[in-house]
Amino acid sequence: MEKNNWKQDFPQQDDNFYYFDSAATSLKPNSVIEKVNYYNRELSSNINRGMYDKSQKATELYEEARQKVANFINANENEVIFTRGTTASLNLVARAYGLENIAENDEVLTTELEHHSSILPWINVASKKKAKIKYIDLKKPGKITVEAFKKAITDKTKVVAINYVSNVLGYITPIKEIVEIAHKYNAIVVVDGAQAVQHFSVDVKNLDVDFFAFSGHKMLGPTGIGVLYGKESLLDKINPIEFGGDMSLDVNKESFGWKVSPTKFEAGTMPIAEAIGLKAAIDYLESVGLEKIEAYTKKLYNYFYKQVKDLEDIIIYNPNSDTNIFTFNIKNVPSHDAISYFAEKNIALRAGQHCAKLIHDHLKINSSLRGNIFIYNSYQDVDYLIKTIKEAISYFKNLGF
Amino acid sequence: MSNLDNLYREIIMEHYKNPRNHGLVDNSDYKSNRIKNPSCGDDITIQTLVEDGKIKDIKQEATGCSISVASASVLTEIMIGKTVEEAKEIVNAYLNMVTDKEYNQTIDLEEASVFSGVKKFPARIKCASIAWVAFKDTLE
Repeated sequence: MEKNNWKQDFPQQDDNFYYFDSAATSLKPNSVIEKVNYYNRELSSNINRGMYDKSQKATELYEEARQKVANFINANENEVIFTRGTTASLNLVARAYGLENIAENDEVLTTELEHHSSILPWINVASKKKAKIKYIDLKKPGKITVEAFKKAITDKTKVVAINYVSNVLGYITPIKEIVEIAHKYNAIVVVDGAQAVQHFSVDVKNLDVDFFAFSGHKMLGPTGIGVLYGKESLLDKINPIEFGGDMSLDVNKESFGWKVSPTKFEAGTMPIAEAIGLKAAIDYLESVGLEKIEAYTKKLYNYFYKQVKDLEDIIIYNPNSDTNIFTFNIKNVPSHDAISYFAEKNIALRAGQHCAKLIHDHLKINSSLRGNIFIYNSYQDVDYLIKTIKEAISYFKNLGF
Repeated sequence: MSNLDNLYREIIMEHYKNPRNHGLVDNSDYKSNRIKNPSCGDDITIQTLVEDGKIKDIKQEATGCSISVASASVLTEIMIGKTVEEAKEIVNAYLNMVTDKEYNQTIDLEEASVFSGVKKFPARIKCASIAWVAFKDTLE
């Protein structure tokens, strides 16, 4: 059995805790924790404001983080806006772009696979503007296809709000093809990349996406930091949604102006330590290599999937997931009953609807259990998970479920 | 007994599989209250008929985990026939019991005492409380 060379870098783990909830949030390696602590311990100064060394240093590190993110997704630095996370990024687009550019009877095209953060901001825009939300038909067991997208898009489509990887089913959306078609209809494409960037390299220029959002905390980084990428031409056109310190210019009693992107979108003191921590997370991912991580976790996922797929009392909703996310139920056992069993056995999974109710409605289920295999999981972890799933099945069967 | 075995007591399983007073009525004399828990998909409606300060009837419809379904069922059995004042006291004692707070031990929780195992599972307290909170509001 292949040894896991990275587990030791993640101090949250011990021999008696099995973490499979990485699609909710990832563990953090020592290097990230050290960087966050370094800022708080040594600098703790604001950026863009102080004239003293520590503030200069903090500003430098913060902007280095932006540069790192820009390189990571192949964007320009002024196209990288730091936010609180994917949710804040997607809300920024809906409010700053959507509310200004969507009119009555326009259409926003999306899917039932979306995380609530990718769809609720647009339902809000649509209801305010009397626009329509339309859904792309999903292909069993829940995939977005170019064919279905072609059928759904119309001349009225102004925005396509879509995930790159579903947080429930883990399938990869053909974003590049979708963007190409959307642009022929003059629609912009807003991509929720929260489950993508930690699995494979993303090149926003090559994809030609208009907006792309992701979070630090699902890619080994800290919570409270996220990214919104926007094309420069679009960011120039849209106005900030938050007003305050640092973003403003020419403040008078009756009026004010603002700086250019990205500063105009970053009002107030930003999560500086977290941005610096995000850079450390990207450094870590790059030092190992996304392809290497994916090759290892894919092997582990296949090893897991082969052993559970034919268990009689398991229903897996996403066979052959693209990104090692597995979503399932034990037959006749509500997910919240099952999750208590796993929690008692020190296994971290997630139960419920995973902030994606519509896909549960689509699958005609109330809730599900979700897990994800990531860089720090070992063959031993997976063996223990499989053993515990089997034990859970018989435990609940004996209880009479 | 393990924490899990203490949670999944026989009585709870029995109510989960055969929920009492199940099915809603279309009668405006009943005061109705529905609570959904969006994170887990629990969806519980309680209908209460009060006459002369006494609980004449309760109907419930619960979808969700075994604990939420069973706690709705047990609730209906205990509460029918109680006065509104007695019912409120029992609800308060029950909610304190499942959240591991002090409560008046002289109040008889009857079959609902089997839910005491929930206090070892903080993530499941909501499951055990949801029907009871919904019921409490029908008394106001």
